Amino acid sequence: MLGPNGAGKTTSISLMLGLRRPTAGRVSLFGLPPTDRRARSRCGVMLQDSGTTGVLTVREIVDVFRAYYPAPLPPERAIAMAGLTGQAAARVGTLSGGQRQRLYFALAICGDPDVLFLDEPTVGMDVEARRAFVTSIQTLSAAGKTIVFTTHYLREAEELAQRIVVIDRGAVIADASPAQLKARVPGKKIVLTAGRPFAREHFDGLPASVLSLTSERASLLSNEPARVLGELFRRGVDVADLEVTGADLEEAFLALTRRSGDPA
Amino acid sequence: MSAPAGPGVAPLGRMLAVQTWSELRIRWRIPAFSLTIVALPVLFFTFFGLPFAGQILPNGTSLGAYLLASFAAYSVGSVMVFGFGIGVATERGLKVDVLMRATPLPPFIAIAAKVLNALAYALLSLVILIGYGIVVGGVRQDLTVWLDMTVRLLAGSVPFIALGFAIGYLCGPNVAPAVANLVYLPLSFASGLFMPLSQLPGFVRSIAPYLPAYHYGQLGWSALGANTERLPVSLAWLAGYTALFLLIAMRAYQREESRKFG
Repeated sequence: MLGPNGAGKTTSISLMLGLRRPTAGRVSLFGLPPTDRRARSRCGVMLQDSGTTGVLTVREIVDVFRAYYPAPLPPERAIAMAGLTGQAAARVGTLSGGQRQRLYFALAICGDPDVLFLDEPTVGMDVEARRAFVTSIQTLSAAGKTIVFTTHYLREAEELAQRIVVIDRGAVIADASPAQLKARVPGKKIVLTAGRPFAREHFDGLPASVLSLTSERASLLSNEPARVLGELFRRGVDVADLEVTGADLEEAFLALTRRSGDPA
Repeated sequence: MSAPAGPGVAPLGRMLAVQTWSELRIRWRIPAFSLTIVALPVLFFTFFGLPFAGQILPNGTSLGAYLLASFAAYSVGSVMVFGFGIGVATERGLKVDVLMRATPLPPFIAIAAKVLNALAYALLSLVILIGYGIVVGGVRQDLTVWLDMTVRLLAGSVPFIALGFAIGYLCGPNVAPAVANLVYLPLSFASGLFMPLSQLPGFVRSIAPYLPAYHYGQLGWSALGANTERLPVSLAWLAGYTALFLLIAMRAYQREESRKFG
């Protein structure tokens, strides 16, 4: 689940987990209400804004959480998958931010759930933790687990997801495979410097979305830069300088989340 | 999605046992809790009880035993008010509750584990306090009297659990310890738990019969046959206060629910 901050990712996860009540509609997990203990017994959860007590050790708190599930993983396995083997005997209060995030991952997987809900799992993880996390996610996915995670990084979604749901301001604006999504978002960025001042109508109806436009400078996103430039020259637009680069993924993502009514 | 192999949910008994054991360890590793719970009643009894331990009350009860019962009541009540009040507020501050809500752990198991944990610490505190009274203070009663007192105090501690919950949901983690002290210490004092009511000013004596700790003290004194209120009256007061505190706790809980999860 991909979207900028404030898109409604956490709210969506909270609804799926029964932590929030929907104002309309119904949520069902395994055909059960999400608050049902049978449904919760098949879910592992990593939330953004939550904590644990600091005085238990990693191993102890993993053991406590394992007791909540009918067929948990061996504790060593859950701790190893989270990359915390070296900290197993350390008290939770002594862990660094990144290690804490790994602990929450260990707590999410220790019940051997069928579905994992991970809300912004890589926030606060260092490079090494992130690598361990990606490996574990791929292992779990290969073992047939469903993993729902939120991120605001397109790159992360591309790397890990088979299906990407893009949401913005509470609405789904795309639901596709990474490849399909990539085809839908513009891949090239065109930056033009004006010889004579640009006007808005110069750029109307082009196969491109306008990122920014002043009378001196225009910046566009497009999958067909050659057609865009050909059309611009046919219209007699005076270009002093021109640059075509691969679009930054973040920019491509912004183009997708920008709604039609918004100013370009 | 295929049905899971094996049982669909974890056994509740094991969940309760593990949860209780973890609560016990958590409390034990917070010296601010475990030490004060055990040490303060002993300290108070040393100052306010030991000097008079050898005296006999007009009704024939040993003053030492009477004061030991008073501090026993103080002690169990403090485990409940501080344990639940500060414990719940701290967990809310750490947002432990947010993650727990998403696990299969049923809330009633979590609460039951907290109650069992508090009862265990209350029992520990009573054993140490009464043992100290017997060994150091030379207070003598039949073992059955002490057992009876222990059972009465543990069973009657429900209103203080409710008071703890109310404080825990009303206050943040930084405020809860101060509020718990400001509520519980004057309450105990005005209820005659620190010194017999006869030693206290008249206006305190006039409000004491309306306070929960006064009626809770009666439970402890009743094990010695030294209660000044009829037991059913005290039990009714304690039940009423339980309902009141639970109502306050529920209101505060629901207010937070709608804010956090609404």
